[in-house]
Amino acid sequence: MISANLSAIFYLVSGVLFILALRGLSSPETSRQGNFFGILGMVIAITVTFLSTGNFSTGFLFVLIFILVGGSIGAFIAYRIPMTAMPELVAGFHSLVGLAAVFVAISAFLNPQAFNLGTQGNIKLGSLIEMSIGAAVGAITFSGSIIAFLKLQGVMSGSPITFKGQHPLNAIILLSIILLIYTLCSTQSSNIFWILLAVSFLIGFLLIIPIGGADMPVVISMLNSYSGWAAAGIGFTLENTALIITGALVGSSGAILSYIMCKGMNRSFFSVILGGFGATEETSNNTDKEQRPVKSGNADDAAFLMKNASSVIIVPGYGMAVAQAQHALREMVDTLKKNDIKVSYAIHPVAGRMPGHMNVLLAEANVPYDEVFELEEINNDFANADVAFVIGANDVTNPVAKTDPQSPIYGMPVLDVEKCKSVLFVKRSLSPGYAGIDNDLFYKENTLMLFADAKKMVEEITKAIN
Amino acid sequence: MEIDPLIFRLSIFILSIFVGYYVVWSVTPSLHTPLMSVTNAISSVIIVGAIIAGLSGNSDKVFNTSSIFGFLAIALAAINIFGGFLVTQRMLAMYKKKKKDK
Repeated sequence: MISANLSAIFYLVSGVLFILALRGLSSPETSRQGNFFGILGMVIAITVTFLSTGNFSTGFLFVLIFILVGGSIGAFIAYRIPMTAMPELVAGFHSLVGLAAVFVAISAFLNPQAFNLGTQGNIKLGSLIEMSIGAAVGAITFSGSIIAFLKLQGVMSGSPITFKGQHPLNAIILLSIILLIYTLCSTQSSNIFWILLAVSFLIGFLLIIPIGGADMPVVISMLNSYSGWAAAGIGFTLENTALIITGALVGSSGAILSYIMCKGMNRSFFSVILGGFGATEETSNNTDKEQRPVKSGNADDAAFLMKNASSVIIVPGYGMAVAQAQHALREMVDTLKKNDIKVSYAIHPVAGRMPGHMNVLLAEANVPYDEVFELEEINNDFANADVAFVIGANDVTNPVAKTDPQSPIYGMPVLDVEKCKSVLFVKRSLSPGYAGIDNDLFYKENTLMLFADAKKMVEEITKAIN
Repeated sequence: MEIDPLIFRLSIFILSIFVGYYVVWSVTPSLHTPLMSVTNAISSVIIVGAIIAGLSGNSDKVFNTSSIFGFLAIALAAINIFGGFLVTQRMLAMYKKKKKDK
């Protein structure tokens, strides 16, 4: 058994190690070391907890068993999960953090003595407030992440689910949560506590269903942030520095990512959260535009164009992930490089279904990270490039965002793909993208549409080049 | 007059938000996915609360309602800790620089 002061210092150390873990991610070279710091911080926190309780009875054995069981499930998932499923995985993990926070809060509520919070029915006011906030946010994180997971997994339709009176209903529920916490603190009633949890689960569910598939990057980041605040709430209850520091880190990390994602779509955080985007516009404006002439080609045409180019920029999007085309794409790029063609990749901040989604897929396919560029870094290069190869991206290349103030995506930063001498656009059909608007790029003089499955098309082009 | 320890924790909390703010802005966008998985893993440090809860029963009676919730939380958090750190490591191992000979 170690003293409370000593264990507090160790918790502080593990909090600092977690800060270093995030700091390491500032560059790929230091990132692996950062991950190691994170693991070290976790080991210290867990060991110190064991030492401070000083309880090595049968209970301790069961703790180890549960850690082992959970740990092997986690390790199994971590090694088996395909990189394309990363958004689902992260959403699933968020839900677990949320649920764990709820369970810890329930346990503390039922047995406050174990945590030094008073006795049942007479819990310290401050602790009760912290505990109920932690539990409520945890419950919202849990049910919200489950919905996000189902939407990403495709079990649930990615299109927004809206109904009349949705926003007033949500507002009423959120108000009732505050009211319930207030009542809980004055009555200490366990019934109120259970109702609070049930209502929080419900609101998490209702908050996420109106948000559509391509807004998922914002949703995932937001849930990431929530899971942090839930951890911090529990950290206050347990008076644990490691948990408070971590909660604050994770909470602000998720908030920043949501901000970056919203900026990438030029939409306010509120408009994303309120949802419904992409559901209404679809029917209105794709009737007469379908008649416009489109140049379409095959793999040989594409191979000819690229073979005669001296520089090619590749613009990947969510479609590449769906078609699992990243490896085939890398092979195509290798053949291009053999022909002394300069190739780079351009990644829009909201390409894919989560922040950094495309970068991970390209890294998986062994694309060196110094060939991959962010929007601001590469956007001026399109004017000097010969061919832009758009694979699975759509809205993020739409020039309408710069020209038509009426368009729902007006003002969104887009990749200036149309400035290239020629554009190759791999797509299954002419259907509009997520935003439900037609892409002007399809009808440009210098655009050649390649209608096919992304992976198949890329493989055929590789063959044609050789 | 003595300062309530809550104020100290609140100070740590607020300052950590600022630390988080600056640290996360310096994360390169290409590593945003590993950032999410690693924050996932570290937020599972909530396991310390779960362990305290799990050990709250006495030696004759390991399981009571409170400790069962604790044990469940331990398992959930452990999935996250192992899964989160390992998948982050797997991802980070894939980020490679251009080979010199190319």
